[in-house]
Amino acid sequence: MSVATESTATAPAAHHGEPTGLWSWITTVDHKRIGIMYFMTSIVFLLIGGLEALLIRIQLFKPENDFISAELYNQLFTMHGTTMIFLVAMPMAVAYFNYIVPLQIGARDVAFPRLNALSYWIYLFGGIYLNVSWFVGAAPNTSWVGYANLTSTQFSPGLNVDFWVLGLSILGVSSIMGGVNFVTTIINLRAPGMKLMRMPLFTWMTFVTSFLLITALPVIAVALIMLAFDRFFAANFFNVAAGGDPVLWQHLFWIFGHPEVYILVLPAFGVISDVIPAFSRKPLFGYPVVVYAGVLIGFIGWGVWSHHMFTSGLGPIADSFFVATTMIIAIPTGVKIFNWMATMWGGAIRFTTAMNFAIGLVALFTVGGLSGVMHASAPVDLQQHDSYFVVAHFHYVIVGGILLGMFSGLYYWFPKVTGRFLSEKLGAWHFWTTLIGFNLTFFPMHFSGMFGQPRRTWTYQSELGIELFNQLSTIGGFILGVSTLIMLWNVLKSARSGAPAGSNPWGAPSLEWSIPSPPHHYNFPALPEVRSREPMWHDDERAAIEAVTLAEPETEPEMPGPSFWPIVVASGVTATWALVMTGVWWAPLLGLVYTGFGVYMWAFEDPFKHLKSSH
Amino acid sequence: MADASAAVAHDDHHYTATGLNSWKVGFWTFIGSECLFFGTLISTYMVYKGESLVGPFSGDVFDIPLTTISTFVLLMSSLAMVLALDGVQRGNKKLALTWLAAVIVLGATFLGFQVYEFNHFYHEGLSLSTNLLGSSFYVLTGFHGAHVTIGVIWLTTLFIMSAMNKLPPEKALNVEIAGLYWHFVDIVWIVIFVLVYLIQ
Repeated sequence: MSVATESTATAPAAHHGEPTGLWSWITTVDHKRIGIMYFMTSIVFLLIGGLEALLIRIQLFKPENDFISAELYNQLFTMHGTTMIFLVAMPMAVAYFNYIVPLQIGARDVAFPRLNALSYWIYLFGGIYLNVSWFVGAAPNTSWVGYANLTSTQFSPGLNVDFWVLGLSILGVSSIMGGVNFVTTIINLRAPGMKLMRMPLFTWMTFVTSFLLITALPVIAVALIMLAFDRFFAANFFNVAAGGDPVLWQHLFWIFGHPEVYILVLPAFGVISDVIPAFSRKPLFGYPVVVYAGVLIGFIGWGVWSHHMFTSGLGPIADSFFVATTMIIAIPTGVKIFNWMATMWGGAIRFTTAMNFAIGLVALFTVGGLSGVMHASAPVDLQQHDSYFVVAHFHYVIVGGILLGMFSGLYYWFPKVTGRFLSEKLGAWHFWTTLIGFNLTFFPMHFSGMFGQPRRTWTYQSELGIELFNQLSTIGGFILGVSTLIMLWNVLKSARSGAPAGSNPWGAPSLEWSIPSPPHHYNFPALPEVRSREPMWHDDERAAIEAVTLAEPETEPEMPGPSFWPIVVASGVTATWALVMTGVWWAPLLGLVYTGFGVYMWAFEDPFKHLKSSH
Repeated sequence: MADASAAVAHDDHHYTATGLNSWKVGFWTFIGSECLFFGTLISTYMVYKGESLVGPFSGDVFDIPLTTISTFVLLMSSLAMVLALDGVQRGNKKLALTWLAAVIVLGATFLGFQVYEFNHFYHEGLSLSTNLLGSSFYVLTGFHGAHVTIGVIWLTTLFIMSAMNKLPPEKALNVEIAGLYWHFVDIVWIVIFVLVYLIQ
């Protein structure tokens, strides 16, 4: 096995024949452009969600602070959680699904390009709709889990919960369609020879995540529909006075909510399972085991939801069952940790920024995993429930695991997307400020939680003795804020003037590195034939593939043309849900008629009509 | 010449790793998602079964013989759907139109039964906000009815396409996927009929 040396690279030039301008982005169905839009949108929401977190941290800097009101505090932590999960972590992963998966499996696009555009526009409109609530002074304020019956009209009469329940419903539509698209893409659009067990781990984890999306999202969709009926049409699903059971909400929410945790983290696992071998110059240790562990996590992830509900009084039998399953799911996760370490063992490691973030994930996710195993035990959890210990735990998982994985992927794939490297110097600053800021923010929360600081409470007494921990957390939070700005500066600067990168700047093994950076809009002039798991690491195979993938085709492959209808249908879907807010039963039907019009125009549009007219 | 190159491009775009059509794979995936959607609605109904604090209760309002007839109508529509697909695949326009019309009429009849049933229950005093039965019954069967409605609109579109000679055998996949949807909605009703109506 040999590894490609860094190819001599020239400044990337825009490819010919690709439309430019705002309209071309609005009507695009190209998975790469949609991926870029997903990424940029999720970064904007990351800044918004981060700002909310910093306001929370300022408020908690000293005891009995009155920087913000308790009501505003409720809105801030609710929108911080909702934003970071639904508008940042999920779509940022989907950004990578979009850009990378078709390239990794040797496809020219996803299976349903227009549906892909629709998913993006619904995500954008749903995110905007949720945040419009700030401007009417009624942002959601019942936390990201929205427990019944706090969300009933009796206890939450304002528009706050309306925005939440309808906004999340809109976003759910986007996620389900994305899941359908990527399951189909990965099943059907693999290049010749790209067997399932030859797929890069990132594609594998996208596959598992997509199955979780199509199965978990309908459950929350129904729960949200029931809540919406309760609020707008006086149904009784969670009305205790009519015999409704608020614990049903908890079950439905967490039957979705726990698979959701794996929807968030598996893509990050996928990213670093590609990054670590590339920068260790060794194939992934125990590839099949890593794949099976990911699939197993997907399955067992469905059987652990009630560990979020140990304090709800489900009884000893239910509690014992969920204690056991929760401890069992730590096994496949631990297996992955050891596989990543064994991959690095004896490898020729290059400590690039991408690799640093990947190693950071392995370390920090493990901390979150270990505290997770602690409160997998019901009696322990009874003490830790709703305390800052839990806040520390899931931030180690979500920031230490997911966000670090996403940053690793950013540094790894940025040269493919733009043809230029991100600055490694700024990258080092980004990495170390993230690492220090993150641990300074969240490690002290273990202690403040153990000392009794409750979650979602806007202030605390000085007698509790947690002031120091909170001050450390706040300082750390601002360092994290600075690190995000460094990342942003790096992206903006390097996109214009970064060092040029060739087709395979890292000498990485998978198929996305066989095509020019940035890729042509059709990705592959002809479909390459894959013979192994690391096609770019076998000289003869690489030569055969690059003869196909780097060739200039005589005639360009025919790609589906731009379409205006995805954005029309997306605005219709958003309008339909938003009109439910009026409480007038026929108002959403207007949105439905408009959506239906868009669907018909879409259905009878020929995606290849632009080619026929030019013949 | 133009047609020939378009035909080649056409084939190229239909390459798949499994040999299965992507629309079919995608639609089966979507149906998997729909199973969880209806599964959650049905589970909620089952959890709240017999938990209503005030009447009317299901025994007071349900009319099993009537719903048996509407169930039979919907089941027969699935048979008509199979025959309609056969007609389109064989390029027999007369068969296709006849059986597509049959599916549409039977589906619309089922919806008529549902409108009658909802109306009847409402006048018996069961509204969305009366009790748990009202909430869980109307939302579950209402969403099923919405699915049937979408199916009827879809099939009507196919009927019009067929009447305009725009549904040749090469486009039979359109009808096949509509059929997948229709059979799925039908199977969901069988589950609802058994769990909601028959086992009270």
